Amino acid sequence: MFSFIVKRILQAFATLAFLVVATFFLMRLAPGGPFDGDKVWPAEIQANINAKYGLDRPLVVQFGDWVKDLLHGDLRESFHYIGTPVTEIIRDATPPSLELGAIALAISFLVGTALGVLSAWKRGSLLDFSSMFLAVSGITLPSYLVATILVLLFSSYLGWLPPALWEDKSSMILPVVTLALRPLAIIARMTRTTLLEVMHADYIRTAHSKGLSGSRVLFKHALKNSLIPVITLLGPIAASLITGSYVVETIFQIPGMGQYFITSVINRDYPLVMGMTLVYGILLVLCNLAVDLAYGWIDPRVRVDALK
Amino acid sequence: MKKYFKDKRFTLSVIVLLILSFLAIFAPMIAPYPYDAVGVGPNLSPPIHGFIMGTDVLGRDLFSRVLYGARLSLAVGFCTAIFSLVLGTLTGALAGYFGGKWDQILMSIVDMFYIFPMLLLAILLTLLVGRGFLGIFLAIGLTTWVTQARLVRALVLQARELPYVEAGRALGLTHLKVLFKHIIPNLMGPMIVALTFQIPSNILTESFLSFVGLGLQPPYSSWGTLANEGFRGIQSYPHLMLFPGLALFITMLAFHFLGDSLRDILDPKSSVGSTVG
Repeated sequence: MFSFIVKRILQAFATLAFLVVATFFLMRLAPGGPFDGDKVWPAEIQANINAKYGLDRPLVVQFGDWVKDLLHGDLRESFHYIGTPVTEIIRDATPPSLELGAIALAISFLVGTALGVLSAWKRGSLLDFSSMFLAVSGITLPSYLVATILVLLFSSYLGWLPPALWEDKSSMILPVVTLALRPLAIIARMTRTTLLEVMHADYIRTAHSKGLSGSRVLFKHALKNSLIPVITLLGPIAASLITGSYVVETIFQIPGMGQYFITSVINRDYPLVMGMTLVYGILLVLCNLAVDLAYGWIDPRVRVDALK
Repeated sequence: MKKYFKDKRFTLSVIVLLILSFLAIFAPMIAPYPYDAVGVGPNLSPPIHGFIMGTDVLGRDLFSRVLYGARLSLAVGFCTAIFSLVLGTLTGALAGYFGGKWDQILMSIVDMFYIFPMLLLAILLTLLVGRGFLGIFLAIGLTTWVTQARLVRALVLQARELPYVEAGRALGLTHLKVLFKHIIPNLMGPMIVALTFQIPSNILTESFLSFVGLGLQPPYSSWGTLANEGFRGIQSYPHLMLFPGLALFITMLAFHFLGDSLRDILDPKSSVGSTVG
């Protein structure tokens, strides 16, 4: 198990490094610069600005300097929000995004598995039918449409919930539901499918023939094994939540990282882009790592395979 | 063929998709107005006689725009899915069949792309090649082929141990011939199933990227672009967002049920299609 963990952590560092390097150089390849505006600067002023921010030096040297600053915990100041350190922007913008993502992930996992178990247990019933209908809609409806329908219904017509912002608990309901619906649907379907498959296994028949009650077999024996594929899904789901939260944050005007993600690239705000990439990258890598480790812990065959 | 049409989901979704493709292909003949003709009707009219989906802020006929949107959305979905099918199959097949160093090198490339956030890649690509079809095609294609590569690799890993591979080798066929003439044709079932799940997922991604303003730009009218335009006036003119959204929803449902039924028919054991888009 130990060498498995070490191997996975090294891999995580490699992917993160790739992400950062690729973003840095792709960003610089793109035409345009951070201080291009409507007015054209005289050449000397442009040269001065470039010299102040070190933009006149070879790209590789600039990258080396950026890494050096990073190791000192300094992400530099934003080019666009002049005088504001990138670390400060990240510190203010991360909590709402993380809260939104974490609540949505927890709800989609809990409600998703519960719905999946219920539909597998009461297969063919009205409950099964309606929760699978919900699941199919969740997978096929684009999130912006879900958000619009929810806001129109609960804010405009019924007036029960606020249509935007991220302040008290009631304002969190609509964004969380929007973000959680799709992963919830995927998890519910997956749980139902695997649970129905597992129920045909020999050891389940054995448990039944020992005289155990149906619900005991379901919860004690079948559920545990059918959760394995669901847990492997959590990695990609967490990644898609990070991306998906961009739309949700935009629609609901949540002051999270989403608002900086696209604008920083369009503004060619190099330090902010790199800071955002770093945060997203670390989150993604951590999610994948956690899932890999959990998977290796649940299913020993994975550890052996990975070390071959 | 009979067993396919016994499945009601299959029959229904094929009919819906055929109608959709027909509408998309013959959009110029069916649409009452060009998609970018301004002022053909009153501005921001709700659905009325002559404009069955109403008109937008510039007096353009929404029905015509949604029809042309079907062209763009379906084209992006198909092209990107074929791209990821070809690239992913090649990579996955070579990695799975030859194993060892090949496998390690190819799969570490796949893993790198696997974690690259799609949104970030899309933004960077639109900077490099401009907003439009090419940027969106590359962004979706480059982030989805890795799923296909992983699937094909896993399938080839199992297949290469089967007796027919050994038989082919014993008859003197080269490795590449065994791989591309015998193994891959045998894997068509699961690959087609994966494709039918990939297309709607890509259509959804396209509409998402166009909705956040990174995709096809106005006056082009992909469903995501239309939804983006409609979103600004959602309270007063909900029809502008609901019709493109409904078109997208119907397409997604049809593909979803097609994939589900094909999986049951072609490949009852596997669980592909549970991918997250």
